[in-house]
Amino acid sequence: MSEAFDAEITELAGWSTKETSEGSQELFKRQETSKDELGREIGSVIQLPEGITLDPSQIDIDKPDDETMIINMGPQHPSTHGVLRLMFELDGEVILRTKTIIGYLHTGMEKQAEQLTYVQGSTNVTRMDYLSPLHSELTFSLAVEKLLDVEMPSRATWIRMLMGELNRISSHLMWLATNGMDLGSTTAMIYGFREREMILSFFEKTTGLRMNTNYIRPGGVAADLPDGWEDDVAVICDTILKRSFEFDDLMTGQPIFRERTEGVGGLTAEEALALGLTGPLLRSTGVPWDLRRSMPYLAYDEVEFDVVVGTYGDNFDRYSIRLNEIRESIRICRQILEKMPAGDYRVQDPKVTPPPRGRIDESMEALIHHFKIFTEGFKVPVGEVYSAIESPRGELGCYIASDGSSKPWRMHVRAPSFVNLNALPVLLRGGLLSDAVAIISSVDPVMGEVDR
Amino acid sequence: MTIASTPSLPGIGVSAVLFPAPSDYAACIAALKADAYEMCVDLCAVDYLGHPGRELPVGVAPERFEVVVNLLSLSKKDRVRVRVQVAELDPRVDSIYFAYPGVEAMEREAFVLVGILFDGHPDLSRILMPEEWEGHPLRKDFGLGRVPVQFKEAPGPR
Amino acid sequence: MALEDLRHNFLTGRVEDLVKWARYSSMWPVTFGLACCAIEMMGAGGADFDLARFGMEVFRNSPRQADLMIVAGRVSNKMAPVLRQVYDQMMEPKWVISMGVCASTGGMFNNYAIVQGVDQIVPVDVYAPGCPPSPETLMHAILTLHETIRTGEITKRRAENNPIHLSETPKSPWVPETPTRVRLGTPR
Repeated sequence: MSEAFDAEITELAGWSTKETSEGSQELFKRQETSKDELGREIGSVIQLPEGITLDPSQIDIDKPDDETMIINMGPQHPSTHGVLRLMFELDGEVILRTKTIIGYLHTGMEKQAEQLTYVQGSTNVTRMDYLSPLHSELTFSLAVEKLLDVEMPSRATWIRMLMGELNRISSHLMWLATNGMDLGSTTAMIYGFREREMILSFFEKTTGLRMNTNYIRPGGVAADLPDGWEDDVAVICDTILKRSFEFDDLMTGQPIFRERTEGVGGLTAEEALALGLTGPLLRSTGVPWDLRRSMPYLAYDEVEFDVVVGTYGDNFDRYSIRLNEIRESIRICRQILEKMPAGDYRVQDPKVTPPPRGRIDESMEALIHHFKIFTEGFKVPVGEVYSAIESPRGELGCYIASDGSSKPWRMHVRAPSFVNLNALPVLLRGGLLSDAVAIISSVDPVMGEVDR
Repeated sequence: MTIASTPSLPGIGVSAVLFPAPSDYAACIAALKADAYEMCVDLCAVDYLGHPGRELPVGVAPERFEVVVNLLSLSKKDRVRVRVQVAELDPRVDSIYFAYPGVEAMEREAFVLVGILFDGHPDLSRILMPEEWEGHPLRKDFGLGRVPVQFKEAPGPR
Repeated sequence: MALEDLRHNFLTGRVEDLVKWARYSSMWPVTFGLACCAIEMMGAGGADFDLARFGMEVFRNSPRQADLMIVAGRVSNKMAPVLRQVYDQMMEPKWVISMGVCASTGGMFNNYAIVQGVDQIVPVDVYAPGCPPSPETLMHAILTLHETIRTGEITKRRAENNPIHLSETPKSPWVPETPTRVRLGTPR
């Protein structure tokens, strides 16, 4: 915008249009962008050999600067899955360059975690990936337990697995709903939310909350499973398995859906590994990497399930991977139903877990332990640890550096969506603007964990 | 310099934690990539101002900042961690964008939150904070910015 | 046709009541879902907690076509100017529901990055507490808003509707503390 027009708007409206500009975070004209960043924006991932740098005039964009359009999408937009802002350089409808601008949901959670004790830490971490909060809590709890060097009782482990898999199902159902909505199918939205409500009411029964549950804590889980949970979980598994075939009827065979997703947003395995992508994005390129199978945590080596892998790396592969992962998770839930051991739902170390409420009236020690744990928190020895799990979006890791006190010195969460967004310039290059919506949706970013 | 000659410590869940000097850092990463660590999973920066004392191997001098890189090998199913000490007065470190293009966003985050500059990064601009923000929020001398509320005053000096 | 032949085909009422009934029966929200509360808002629009029975399942994407803004989620400092711009683009009459504790007061995130209450930026009509508020709480907030409209005046304008420039200083006497230097170590 020119300066004079800007000043006129400021005078008329009383506010300035410059308020929302991002300065150096924008997409600039090709002549004003550095060569390396230009390469990144057009989606080149494999590095050029030494000595050859990217000259703006030699990039394979044959339209000159003034015949293309730089356009902004977001942050408030119906289909950017949260507050994501994208700037494109368009030639008509074809996307030439992309730049993602994030940070609109930055909450300072990593700084906040340094002020909260380890007991309170899971309330903070659970709000990062708000579609799979139990996975976020799980990775934090596993990291803290590795530093504390305590061993979980097996019932706690299996309860965590059950809640994790149910959360995976609900997250993928949410993805099916919003993906269908982005491609135009409002029915998919209603179907997805209907199934998800069943799981959310089971969460409410067990943990007290539908979302952001604060259930998986360092030391175990917050409460035991309620009576009658076997029937609930069996009903959930049967109903969702049967209804997952309704999604097949609705979308898989449908010609418009196939045309909009097959061949769109293709990715190769080398690009995916170079960019650090994990989760369904990596598996859609053919690499069978799933942390539950390759580096098992909890008790995943004792249950049988298949790792779903795609071939072409396009949107349709990612859709079918997620749909089939729902079915695999149902399979795991049924095995957990049979194999759930009896026992404690949290570790019995009095320094780590608070005593049961009934004992506080009887024993002075229990009262003191309860008091210390909830005011000061338990102390964790000096050290650092990185622990990762497989969340519905990819590898969710938690790096904690501790200083021997009851609050983490530094907590950093490796969010899969933050890294998966690196793939957007590669995936969007050369596609149409309407494909951009479908591709962003199939990457499945959750902005809470991208911005933290 | 080889991987075997870098000072290292055992770690939880990783095969080794390596501590190269800042001048050897880029070479160490390139050697690890050649040794089949295909994916860089995480890069973050830590500020150790006021930390009581962390464990470092012999010959590694502690500095205020550290850059921590976690690498993953899919073929060997193994992880390794690399920790580089970064001085406070000149917080520059080589960028590993040449080896792992996926760290581009992670290095920008470390830059804007802790203030470490990466040489060789294509576009080291802000990523999370708004444009006019001054200061690096995740440093220990940057306060939390808490406003006083009814039952909790703003924190005094720690 | 004479008036006597029309018989029972009239409805009479005050203009005010008809206008208010039209306003609250088809209030269209603008999509402003930011974080976790947005998921519960979408759940409220889903099949189990149907928002369509209040005339609200149509979430307009353009603020010019909407008259309700449900701020669902935490508003960071970077998002605040965007929020104000979207609010300014809405046409009168417009209402704001602040959904969740992060939008109402800053919630559990009392730190440098989050605006401590969206009412520092836009005037709010109804606050819905919860983290996240379940869809039933959101519906209660919406029904409260409907009651407010049903019993209010139709021509009353808010004084704060004139857009304020964001660089104006706040009117309250205290200034949020954002220290850049904190002394470490406990004082003796």
